Amino acid sequence: MTTRIERHHYDVVVIGAGGAGLRAAIEARLAGKKTAIISKSLFGKAHTVMAEGGAAAAMGNVNSRDNWMVHFRDTMRGGKFLNNFRMAELHAKEAPDRIWELETYGALFDRTKDGKISQRNFGGHEYPRLAHVGDRTGLELIRTLQQKIVSLQQEDKAEFGSYEARIKVFSETTITELLLDGNKVAGAFGYYRESGEFILLEAPAVILATGGVGRSYKVTSNSWEYTGDGHALALRAGATLINMEFLQFHPTGMVWPVSVKGILVTESVRGDGGVLKNSEGKRFMFEYVPDVFRKQYAETEEEADRWYSDPDNNRRPPELLPRDEVARAINSEVKAGRGSKAGGVYLDIASRLPAEEIQRRLPSMYHQFKELADVDITKEPMEVGPTCHYVMGGVEVDPDSGAAFGEVEGLFAAGEVSGGMHGSNRLGGNSLSDLLVFGKRAGEHAAAYTDALAKRPKVATADVEQAVDVALAPLSRQSGENPYTLQQDLQVVMGDLVGIIRREGELTDALKRLEELELRVANVGAIGGRKYNPGWHLALDLRNMLVVSICTAKAALEREESRGGHTREDFPGMNPQWRLLNLICSLDSDGDVHLERKPVPTMRDELIQLFDRTELSKYMTDDELTAIDALSGEAK
Amino acid sequence: MGTKRHFKVWRGDSSGGEIQDFDVEVNEGEVVLDVIHRLQATQTPDLACRWNCKAGKCGSCSMEINGMPKLGCMTRMSTFTDDETITITPLRTFPVIRDLVTDVSYNYEKARETPAFAPPEGVAPGEYRMQQVDVERSQEFRKCIECFLCQNTCHVVRDHEENKEAFAGPRFFIRAAELDMHPLDARTDRKNYSRDHQGLGYCNITKCCTEVCPEHIKITDNAIIPMKERVVDNKYDPLVWLGRKIFRRDELEKQDKATPSRHERENMAPSNTMGVTGVASGTSTPFSSARQPEPPAVGPDGKLDVAEILSQKQGGPSPFGDDHEFPLPSDRVTYHHPTPDKD
Repeated sequence: MTTRIERHHYDVVVIGAGGAGLRAAIEARLAGKKTAIISKSLFGKAHTVMAEGGAAAAMGNVNSRDNWMVHFRDTMRGGKFLNNFRMAELHAKEAPDRIWELETYGALFDRTKDGKISQRNFGGHEYPRLAHVGDRTGLELIRTLQQKIVSLQQEDKAEFGSYEARIKVFSETTITELLLDGNKVAGAFGYYRESGEFILLEAPAVILATGGVGRSYKVTSNSWEYTGDGHALALRAGATLINMEFLQFHPTGMVWPVSVKGILVTESVRGDGGVLKNSEGKRFMFEYVPDVFRKQYAETEEEADRWYSDPDNNRRPPELLPRDEVARAINSEVKAGRGSKAGGVYLDIASRLPAEEIQRRLPSMYHQFKELADVDITKEPMEVGPTCHYVMGGVEVDPDSGAAFGEVEGLFAAGEVSGGMHGSNRLGGNSLSDLLVFGKRAGEHAAAYTDALAKRPKVATADVEQAVDVALAPLSRQSGENPYTLQQDLQVVMGDLVGIIRREGELTDALKRLEELELRVANVGAIGGRKYNPGWHLALDLRNMLVVSICTAKAALEREESRGGHTREDFPGMNPQWRLLNLICSLDSDGDVHLERKPVPTMRDELIQLFDRTELSKYMTDDELTAIDALSGEAK
Repeated sequence: MGTKRHFKVWRGDSSGGEIQDFDVEVNEGEVVLDVIHRLQATQTPDLACRWNCKAGKCGSCSMEINGMPKLGCMTRMSTFTDDETITITPLRTFPVIRDLVTDVSYNYEKARETPAFAPPEGVAPGEYRMQQVDVERSQEFRKCIECFLCQNTCHVVRDHEENKEAFAGPRFFIRAAELDMHPLDARTDRKNYSRDHQGLGYCNITKCCTEVCPEHIKITDNAIIPMKERVVDNKYDPLVWLGRKIFRRDELEKQDKATPSRHERENMAPSNTMGVTGVASGTSTPFSSARQPEPPAVGPDGKLDVAEILSQKQGGPSPFGDDHEFPLPSDRVTYHHPTPDKD
């Protein structure tokens, strides 16, 4: 069988057209590189549109006491000190510039009275910090970046006569394989979803910006695109994944009605006064404030309620605890039999704010519930529960450049697909700013990498042929197993056994079942032809979902403690010894997942000194504390 | 558990296709997209359909459900009666790729032709200052999720492929309006652009786009009509016209030059854009903004469309919809009345 393959030559190929991908592409193009953007769906539909709350950046527009150091502290605290400190530092320092830059692209954020960008409160952030546009900030971000790309294309059209002279968007295109020359990236191979035709992009630098892995879970807020493509591509190219055990379950996803199960209810509902109640009508969060947070959170309902109008003199309500604490609290309430019929709890804003105020502050939330569930949030409480939302783990990268670690060169990653920045738990609002900060950096450094390259790596024909065979395999097994059944089985395994609360026995069982699934996935079939065939597309995505799921399960079994987005029922506490370790996954020569421990980089002295000794003592080992004491002794 | 419901789904590709019948299980609280997913999982794994967020935020799953342009994820099954057959077809205005997936590249081409935001000169990033009340007008249009239902329903292009070249459609009228109303956009030619290059004049404000918008953007009232008014102020006001005809001496010389001056571009000469007809073309007499008499549109057989005759009211429908009485009560107007003593 002869196969036609369309060939293209680019300097930088960006896989993924969400916030990180588009920002990276803009930067690569501004550096003069011929750039391709690969989008699995239509241009502008990326999952980033789902982000509601805002983008965290210490601009200090609402509270002038905010600065990058406070933001850095909040981020490390939220990630339980497992974050890559350098990434958290760069993120906190550069986020304001990235937000202001968006205004020059045409973004219209909500304003303060004096005309600056307004900032709102959010879980885990000490000061109001999230730049927002109602509750559709993600859409604004995508649209702004999309329109900036168009504006660059218009410049190119004026200069070269073609919109696509230096930046082209390949919409509805999936990359199935990265092609290497030795250990250097040489190109990417994939197919147009529309026609099923193959495409080969030869390029010395590839930026992964493919987002997360949530589609492997049965209750998830993630779209179908989130099949861990970037994670799997990186693994197969010889890169490593870090912290894959840490998955964020958003505490408040809709649990009713069924059609919208998993869809998020933004945290700003709680930031604006919404409270969580169980089936007995009790505001239960006060009982779930962990010791490390005791000092920052209110102990009585009266104090909590005063905070909304006078945040300087009162402590914040416990509904605004980091999301993993809230998720765990809801889980405990439901398991204790105090949940709603559909297995959630009640989120009530109706009795807290006047109807008009709710509609003004949370327009799309109001709209969503009204249209999807026929629930009027200004009149009745919402039914919410934990939903798989975000993966903290991802491609292990160099903090400054976004270049992937491991054996491969020329591979970069930014956004959710990269790991380390958020440690064991991400703060709300930090992902949108993460996209911008590290998207820009990846684009910049990918461009610089191509400049430094002595000669262009070459794609080997044999590799392309193999990629073609792998891609066509499911179609040659028309009577193979149904991909949708396999996906459902995978989702059940991950949801039930590697979900929000984990146990050793279940994890071991999960690994066994994943192995069985691996054999079945090898025999997956797709009926029909190559033209826009979702069954075939899913069949190809399955192997990515599977390998990433195995990484998550293995790492979850290895880490014997509970921290952030990883909760082990058999090891309920945080263990300072485990804070010293990252878990790194790679593929060995047989294609099996290999797990190893790697020390967490030590924070620079001036950054350590931003924290209270008492706070550090909750996270650090005695040896580390002695070293810190010696340091502060010297300083005196 | 659920009940069996009858669905008719169009299947095929650019070479043609047909409606196929399916009986499929439907559970309480489900939407049409859930049913399509069940069809894929149980009966037709290769049924092509776009979707992403399943929450009405990305605008991917646009389709025609019982002939109405809708988002599959936002159409609750409970809106149909228990024995109702549900017919799902692809968007009619765009060429079919396969099953429910259409080629929407027309919209991306129009997007690419619309001049981008022009940042104000001399204002550094971080120094942008705007008032909430000023950004809100444009923010309404930036809610657009690009589902292209408005483009699909617009009769200017729905069955008129030939109009697509000259007509950008409601989605891009709100983009032009958004930029025109942006407090800091440095370009001043947005109005003329929408007249000369987007074919704003084709629109005869039937409000179909507003009706199908899942984000409830008041496309007609808040974008198209204000833009038309601004074009009229700019183009057809006799005093403005006269003012432009009176040149200062230094401007007279420019008239001879080959490249038209800014003033010349804004004068009353007919637009040379191809394909723009009617009032928008500017070929009617400059002093009259009145519509020239036109015969009603007839089909290829020379006969009137039945709908025109069966209309319940005489004359054309109100451009503002039949549910409005004028003047609007003051709490329903979308602008603030000027109060002289304020500020």
